[in-house]
Amino acid sequence: MRPIPITDHELAQKAAALRQRMLRLIVQAGAGHTGGGLSCLDILNVLYNRVLRVSPETFTDPHRDRYVQSKGHCVEALYVVLADRGFFPDADLDTVCRYQSRYVGHPTRKIPGIEMNTGALGHGLPICLGMALAGKMDAAPFRVFTLLGDGELAEGSNWEAAMAAAHHRLDNLVAILDHNTLQITGHTRDVMSNEPLDEKWRAFGWEVRTINGHDYAELTRALTEPPPAGKPLFIIANTVKGKGVSFMENVGKWHHGVPSEAELAAALAELDATIHRFST
Amino acid sequence: MFTPAAKSMAEQLGLKLGRANLDEFAATLQSLAEADRNIVAVTSDSRGSGKLAPFGKALPKQLVEVGIAEQNLVGITAGLAACGKRAFGVSPSCFLTARSLEQIKNDICYSNVPAVLVGISSGVSYGALGSTHHSLHDLAVLRAIHNLTIIAPADNFETRAAIQAAARTTKPMFIRFGKAAMYDCSSTFQCRDERAGRSELDIGMSSYSVGQVRVLRDGNDLAFIATGETVIHALLAAGQLAGQGVSARVLSMHTVKPFDAAAVLKAGRECRAVITVEEHSVHGGLGEACAATLLQAGVSVPFRIVAIPDEDTVTGAQADIFRHYGISMEGLAEAAHTLLKRA
Ligand SMILES: [Mg+2]
Repeated sequence: MRPIPITDHELAQKAAALRQRMLRLIVQAGAGHTGGGLSCLDILNVLYNRVLRVSPETFTDPHRDRYVQSKGHCVEALYVVLADRGFFPDADLDTVCRYQSRYVGHPTRKIPGIEMNTGALGHGLPICLGMALAGKMDAAPFRVFTLLGDGELAEGSNWEAAMAAAHHRLDNLVAILDHNTLQITGHTRDVMSNEPLDEKWRAFGWEVRTINGHDYAELTRALTEPPPAGKPLFIIANTVKGKGVSFMENVGKWHHGVPSEAELAAALAELDATIHRFST
Repeated sequence: MFTPAAKSMAEQLGLKLGRANLDEFAATLQSLAEADRNIVAVTSDSRGSGKLAPFGKALPKQLVEVGIAEQNLVGITAGLAACGKRAFGVSPSCFLTARSLEQIKNDICYSNVPAVLVGISSGVSYGALGSTHHSLHDLAVLRAIHNLTIIAPADNFETRAAIQAAARTTKPMFIRFGKAAMYDCSSTFQCRDERAGRSELDIGMSSYSVGQVRVLRDGNDLAFIATGETVIHALLAAGQLAGQGVSARVLSMHTVKPFDAAAVLKAGRECRAVITVEEHSVHGGLGEACAATLLQAGVSVPFRIVAIPDEDTVTGAQADIFRHYGISMEGLAEAAHTLLKRA
C-alpha cells in the first residue's frame, strides 16, 4: 500500500506522456475537457504516484485513501492516470464515450479505481465529508481527498460542506482547488468572483496552503504534511488551464475544445520535446 | 384526523390506535443502532422533528449533525454509506426530496450506495404550515430516478418492518411517513391467524416483504389500492362499505417502487372497480403507476385516483386537507359508490 518511489524528474516525464495520452484520447472520443484536464494533471500525477495509499490491489481495502473528483468533467485526466497506475488496461480507453462503453464522460464507480459517480458540480466535498466522518468513527487511518474547480466554488453546497468539515474537525479531509482562474464562460473573476479564497477558507476554519499546482515538490509537501489537529486542509493549487501545450495555455476555448489533427500533432510534438528535456 | 363515525368503525374492526409512525421509526432505529454501531443517523437540525433526540443522547457517536443544510446532509449520507456505514439521512420530506434532489439522484442512486433517506412529516403532515412544508411531489420525482426503493408504510408495523429492512439494505432506499398517531392496520392482516404465539419479529419476516403488496382485506366488488397513511382510511371505508353490501379489497402498497404490478393486475381483473389513494399529488404517484400498469396490460376497469389535485392546496390541518379531498372513510366510501355505478 506504500506509494511507489518516483523522482520529480520521472514525474515530469510521466506527466508529459500522460498529457499526450489524454489529448489522443480526447481526439479519439471527439469530446473532452482539454484545458481543465491539462491543468489538474500534475495534481493527479502526484496524488496517485506519491500520496494516495491506494493501488489496484488495495482498492477494496477499507483502509485505503479515498479520492473523489468533484470536478468530474476532467475525467480524461483521471482515466489516463488510473490506466498508467494499472487500475485497468490502457486499451480500455479506446472506448471512451462510445456506445455501450462503461467509460463515459464523467467518473463512475463502474471503473476500477473510481470511488463515486460525479459530474454535477458541488457534490464531491459533501461526499468526502461523509467518508472522512466514517474514517473518524472507525478510527481508521485513511485520508480523503477531493479535487474542486474554481468555477465550481459558486455552488453553495461547497460552503455548506466547508462549514461542516471544520465543525466536525475533519483533519483527515483534503480539498484541492484546481485554481486555473478560468471557467467555461471566461475568467472566474468576471463570471462570479470568489477571491480572496485563502481568507474565506481560513475564516471557515480550514488550514489553507497556497502552492504552485505544477510543482511536484510543492504539491508533494502540501499533500503529505498533515494539517494541525482538528483542521481540514484546503490546498489552493495555482494552475494554468491548458498547461503543457503553449497554444492551449490560458485560452478559454480549450475548456472543452477538441484539437484538430494538426493541433494534436503540434501538441504531441511540444510534449515530445518536454519528455526529451527531462530524459537528459 | 378521524370522525367519530370513523373511530367507531375502527373499534368495530378491532383496530388499535398506535403511536405515530415517526415515533415507531425513531424507536426502531435506536434499538437497531444500539446493536450495530455502524448504523448512523444524519440530521439537518432535524433530530427534534425526527424524534431522534433520545437517539442522539444514547448514541452520540452515531448521530451526525450537519446543520440546516439538506444538500450536505445527502452528500454526507452517501459518503458514510460508501465507507461501510449504514447511514440514515433524516430530514423533512419536503426539503429532503426537493432541495437535495440532485444529491439523491447522483450521490446515492447513480453512485449506488446503500444509503437510506428518511422523509419525515411527508405529504401534508405539516398541513397548516403551507405548501413550503408539503411534499406532494416526492413519490413522483423519486419514481423517475433509477435505482431507488421507495416505501410509504401504513402503520407502526410496516414502519418497523421497513426500517428493519433498511438497516440491511444493499441498495438505496427512501422511506416517508407522517407524524400523526396511526391505527394498526396490520391487525386485520389476512395471515392474522398465523400470528398467534409468534414473536413480532417473526411476524415481520412472514408478512412483510419490501416490494410486495399486503392485502389487508379481501373483497371482489372494488379494490382500494392505497399507500402510506391513507391505507387506514381505505380500510375504514371498506368496513363501512361492507355494511352497505359492497365487498372491498384493501391493498397496502407500502412499496411504491419496485412496483408490485402482479397484485395491481390481480385486483384490476378480480374487482369491478379500482380506487387508488395517496397523500400526494395526482400527478406521478401511486395512482398513475396503477393506471399505467392496468392500461398497458389491457385491463379496463372503472378507475379513480384519490389524491391531492393539481391546485393551490386547501389550507388547514392535515385532517382538514384529507377531508377536503375525500381521503377519509366517508369520502372513499362515497367515491366507491359513485364508481361502482359505472361498473
Ligand atoms: Mg477553472
